[in-house]
Amino acid sequence: MALFRNDDTPMIDRYRWWEIIGIYAGIFVFLFFMLSPFIEGFLVSLKPLSQLFSTPYSFWPENGSFKAYFTMWESVPGFARYIFNSFLISTIATVIVLLLVVPAAYAFARFSFRGMGLVLAAFLAVSMFSGAVLLIPLFRLMRTLGMLNTYWAMIVPGAAFLIPAAIWLLRTYMMRIPKELNEAAYMDGASQFYTFRRVILPIARPGIIVVAIMTFIGAYSQQFVFALTFNSKTEYMPLPIGLFAYFGKQEVIWNELMAASFVGIAPALILIFFLQRYLVGGLTAGAVKQ
Amino acid sequence: MTSSRSAWVFAWLLLAPAIIYVLIIVAWPLVETFRLSFTDASLRKTVNYVGWRNYEKIFNETFLTVITRTFIWTFFSVLLKMVIGMCGAVMLNAAVPGRNLFRILTMPPWIVPMAIGIFMWGWMYNGQFGMISGLLQRFGIVDGPVAFLAYGGSAFWATIITDVWIGVPMVTIYFLAAMQAIPKDLYEAAWTDGASRWTRFRRITLPLMAPAIITMSMLSLIATFNSFDIIWILTQGGPSGQTTTMIIDTYQVAIGSKKYGEGAARAVVICLFLSLFCLAYFRVTRRLHTMDKA
Repeated sequence: MALFRNDDTPMIDRYRWWEIIGIYAGIFVFLFFMLSPFIEGFLVSLKPLSQLFSTPYSFWPENGSFKAYFTMWESVPGFARYIFNSFLISTIATVIVLLLVVPAAYAFARFSFRGMGLVLAAFLAVSMFSGAVLLIPLFRLMRTLGMLNTYWAMIVPGAAFLIPAAIWLLRTYMMRIPKELNEAAYMDGASQFYTFRRVILPIARPGIIVVAIMTFIGAYSQQFVFALTFNSKTEYMPLPIGLFAYFGKQEVIWNELMAASFVGIAPALILIFFLQRYLVGGLTAGAVKQ
Repeated sequence: MTSSRSAWVFAWLLLAPAIIYVLIIVAWPLVETFRLSFTDASLRKTVNYVGWRNYEKIFNETFLTVITRTFIWTFFSVLLKMVIGMCGAVMLNAAVPGRNLFRILTMPPWIVPMAIGIFMWGWMYNGQFGMISGLLQRFGIVDGPVAFLAYGGSAFWATIITDVWIGVPMVTIYFLAAMQAIPKDLYEAAWTDGASRWTRFRRITLPLMAPAIITMSMLSLIATFNSFDIIWILTQGGPSGQTTTMIIDTYQVAIGSKKYGEGAARAVVICLFLSLFCLAYFRVTRRLHTMDKA
């Protein structure tokens, strides 16, 4: 790791001063693009309303305060409920995905019977169709199952589209578990199920946890189209839809809504710092040859 | 290891729950979409088969414009994602202090709830109070407020930019991983021979990353073609339909106007395009795999 320029830095990684400036300038522009909505959103949340709606535009908040972060709980009724809903929907979706995916990933990783390759390809193809295309029959299906305007209308379809990535990720992880373990268990007379339950699952736990986190993040960040279409009850709305309803209104209390948005994205931002390594590993598993 | 009958049964038992779930939630609706596209399904209780009438109805000039627009929108969005993602990966790969932090800072657009990121863009595009218009005025580039989402042309690009913003982190991180998988000794050999940084990038990095670039562009193409949230939140397809892509168009007809039959026909056209992309993706990745092994 050549992080700092000292004598250990390989010659090839040494830059001239203008190269360093160029790199940092480039990174600054790049990160500014990536972070500007958050910077702007955060500054807006600090500004008093009077400054927000005044011209000319001022970038920095004058008399900025965190007041909006306290008043928003009253101005956006049900805000706490929206956050709770978001977490509830993501959590249940994650549990469903794990229950389905853990056995399936093990099957794909350990057995190769005729037809399984085709099934795996079919799972991957699923991830290429977004829910938005299938809304009409899904709407009718939800109505038939009596799930419209319940949490399930947002959980059940959402989970289906999280399955492919989770299978792919966990399969890659499980393929690294030595086959000898299965053989040893077989020699000892363990049944297939016993081997899966008592030998494979405990070893695969770290991989399962990573998949659970990735699935949760996916479920948390993609709550929109199903919640928009299949649920009209305010008390079941997840955060994005709850806020979306406010953004359309005439008198929008922008600083409080931005504060609310920040509270809503805070869990995701905190997760990034702790899980960056897993995210990268998760994304690139199977895709890039190591 | 047994390859007996019991192992066969066990393997398929493990797969069964996931297969059944996806059959019900994805495969069956896909078939239903095809069936409904030949009906006049709506909010009414009765459903009649109408043959190809829905398809005859939708294939007019407006729909062809929407298809063309979708392809232009997708093309520029994917292109920008690839270019910016590659630039980002190159910079984040440079051995400078702080690069671990920079890598983390790249990820928020990808991780945070998509809709909320889009709300913030909506504010930035606001003509009166938003940052972009405000800063452009401050620096004297424009005279008055520019409401980016109020005009067809600027709204079209504004939605692309937001889509790029959401897509770039994943592309960057993916390219970065592919870049780091390239053997270091190749660079050292080229460096010993006096190859410049640019030559090393042009002759080593780019060719060896071709599979990653191709894979990512195809995945990105499919995801972008499916993009719904961004346009719906920012413009709902407006102003005067200038940002209406095929998905938005289908949503307006099917869910907005409750014309399920006609909406299904539009969805079928999307599915046909997606299937083509999907087939192309599988063919290309398989070819890349066999190239690797050879």
